[in-house]
Amino acid sequence: MYVTDKILPELPAPSNAKGLVYWLKNNLFSSPLNIVITFLGFYLVYKILPPAIQWAFIDATWVAETREECLGEGKGACWAYIGNRFGQVMYGFYPPAEYWRPNLAGILLILLTIPLFIEKMPKKVWLGAFILLVFPFIAYVLIHGGMLGLSEVGTDRWGGLMLTLIISLVGIAAALPLGIILALGRRSEMPIVKSISIIFIEFWRGVPLITVLFMASVMLPLFLPAGSDFDKLARAMIGIILFQSAYVAEVVRGGLQAIPKGQYEAAVAMGLSYWKSMFLIILPQALKLVIPGLVNTFIALFKDTTLVLIIGLFDLLLIIENVLGSDAAWLGFFTEGLVFAAFVFWIFCFSMSRYSMALERKLDTGHRS
Amino acid sequence: MTEHNTNLKPSKPPIWNNPKYRSLFFQLLLIFGVGYVFYSIIQNTLNNMEARGISTGFSFLSEKSGFDILQSLIAYDSDSTYGRTFVVGILNTLLVSVLGIFLATLLGFVIGIARLSNNWLLAKLATIYIETFRNIPLLIQIFFWYIVVLRAMPSAKESLSLFDSFFLNVRGLYLPAPVTDSGFVYTTLTVVLALVAVFILKRWAHRRQETTGRQFPVFLVSFALLLLAPLFVFFASGSPLSWDIPALKGFNFQGGITIIPELFALLLALTIYTAAFIAEIVRSGIKAVDHGQSEAALSVGLTPSQNLRLVVIPQAMRVIIPPMTSQYLNLLKNSSLATAIGYPDLVSVFMGTTLNQTGQAVEIVMMTMAVYLVLSLLISLLMNGYNAKMALTER
Repeated sequence: MYVTDKILPELPAPSNAKGLVYWLKNNLFSSPLNIVITFLGFYLVYKILPPAIQWAFIDATWVAETREECLGEGKGACWAYIGNRFGQVMYGFYPPAEYWRPNLAGILLILLTIPLFIEKMPKKVWLGAFILLVFPFIAYVLIHGGMLGLSEVGTDRWGGLMLTLIISLVGIAAALPLGIILALGRRSEMPIVKSISIIFIEFWRGVPLITVLFMASVMLPLFLPAGSDFDKLARAMIGIILFQSAYVAEVVRGGLQAIPKGQYEAAVAMGLSYWKSMFLIILPQALKLVIPGLVNTFIALFKDTTLVLIIGLFDLLLIIENVLGSDAAWLGFFTEGLVFAAFVFWIFCFSMSRYSMALERKLDTGHRS
Repeated sequence: MTEHNTNLKPSKPPIWNNPKYRSLFFQLLLIFGVGYVFYSIIQNTLNNMEARGISTGFSFLSEKSGFDILQSLIAYDSDSTYGRTFVVGILNTLLVSVLGIFLATLLGFVIGIARLSNNWLLAKLATIYIETFRNIPLLIQIFFWYIVVLRAMPSAKESLSLFDSFFLNVRGLYLPAPVTDSGFVYTTLTVVLALVAVFILKRWAHRRQETTGRQFPVFLVSFALLLLAPLFVFFASGSPLSWDIPALKGFNFQGGITIIPELFALLLALTIYTAAFIAEIVRSGIKAVDHGQSEAALSVGLTPSQNLRLVVIPQAMRVIIPPMTSQYLNLLKNSSLATAIGYPDLVSVFMGTTLNQTGQAVEIVMMTMAVYLVLSLLISLLMNGYNAKMALTER
């Protein structure tokens, strides 16, 4: 009889249950169909990836003074052209001597926003209110100028990535309060308030943004008393804000509906008025729930800002399509411009969507009613 | 002794604290506010239009348009009226939307299921597809397909061809067109009859299963009915169908169906962009079905395909349909980006060209918005009906 008086060491897992071969067999070659799919997949990657890398990196021209240096046999992408026109891509027709002003506004915004992401930061609400209510005026004075000794730069000279960011940031910042009011209106017990909110929300959600922009650019001047005219950017902004507020309202409504009824009842039982119960009890909880949804609507808005090119605002895409496209010194590099614009938008949208997903995981504490 | 007030009825609140009157007051205030805004908008518009000498009304719809349209599903030339332009625009919008919805649903389901595949490479490729295409603005994608890809296609002489009947060149995509002879009507009739038969068969099989528990191979039989019966009639009546294959004559292709590059690019971009979103919806829908459901289904003896068809998909559809509806609506609304590349959709021909020529801004913008609102409402109604049919029926 065999008796052991010590614990035998653990044996390694059998070779058919771990290691590279096991992984390959299980994940790529588990069945005849999978084998076929794997080979097709690798063929697809082989057909797309090497030529794309060859074009975008290996054969690319990174630095060049003239267009001719980018042309010729075996030359790939001409990134030098983006580099040479970088100012226009970022700021449109903004005077180069004044680039520091939008830069300063941007840096200020980033510095102000960083504390919002620090968990233990006190008085976050006040900082948020400052960013939403006061900062836009500071930024406007900085970028537009015309006062405090800054020379005036009209909105017709704004453009590029700067304009794209301004439109989307102002759009979401202004649509947020409007959307919250609309969401509260849609949940209201007063029939007229409710129906007006529903009609407003469903109208803007039912029409394409292009028609809204057209309306803002051709009909808004007719709606206002003669003589009171906005510039093109302000008109587009009004259209975008109204359009966006309807989407924000629907997201916020989702949050309001997720708050258990007991919270509403408790607030009323404490003797709080409607507005107090909303702003002190319900909205703080509801808005926290819908932050991921709000980030997603912001992503959608950010992508949609490209449409302003249809009414002739020189955002990033129109700068690349029109201004650079008709630049005689650098003709024929539209593909590079488009790929660059796609890359810029992709970076922004992808990182925001990752952030929203991480938030969702963090906020999902598991006890929703 | 002092007299106590035994009347303990609470004192009535003043009228301005009564919630009933308060809400009435605020609602009246809101009505007056909204009414005043509308009133002043209308007044301003009328004044402004008078000052600019623009006449109001819809009489421009019967005027001659004087411009040609690249692609129209009904007869149209420069002698046609603006009213007809409007209809052509609507039809073109519907064409690209319906095709786009169909193709995007197809591609979206394939990619969504591929993302859940146990093949590592396939799942990764599907993830890359989704993350790439949904994070790039649609307009950039439309420009990419239209300007970068389709402009780079060879000229008509050096067209890319498939089986010598499909051709792709810089002027568009050319497909063979079916041409039916007089005998084809029997085949059409058989298809209709087969559809009716399948419908009746399905109801009968359902009722029989409810009462006796015996199943009937509905899918196989209806497949045979729908495919074999028309095919039989088709050949019996002497194959009354021929293909009009496009052929190079001179500098261009003649015959067949031509898909203009604008439509092709728009369709590609819309399909690829929307499919990325649909794939995510499909994936989350399938993942929302608890694994225990499949295990239970398999343990009571359903085959894997029955499990998928009878247990997983019906439950997944409940999660999938509502967000899918909003994707369809998005696709319809996004089709208006056609105007950026000149595909003659409603926005492009009506809100663009017609508005520029007539200057009837208010009427045209209102009509265009109304069309989109009605179409959105229709899609919502259809999908809500389907949703109600698929929703959990509690017994």
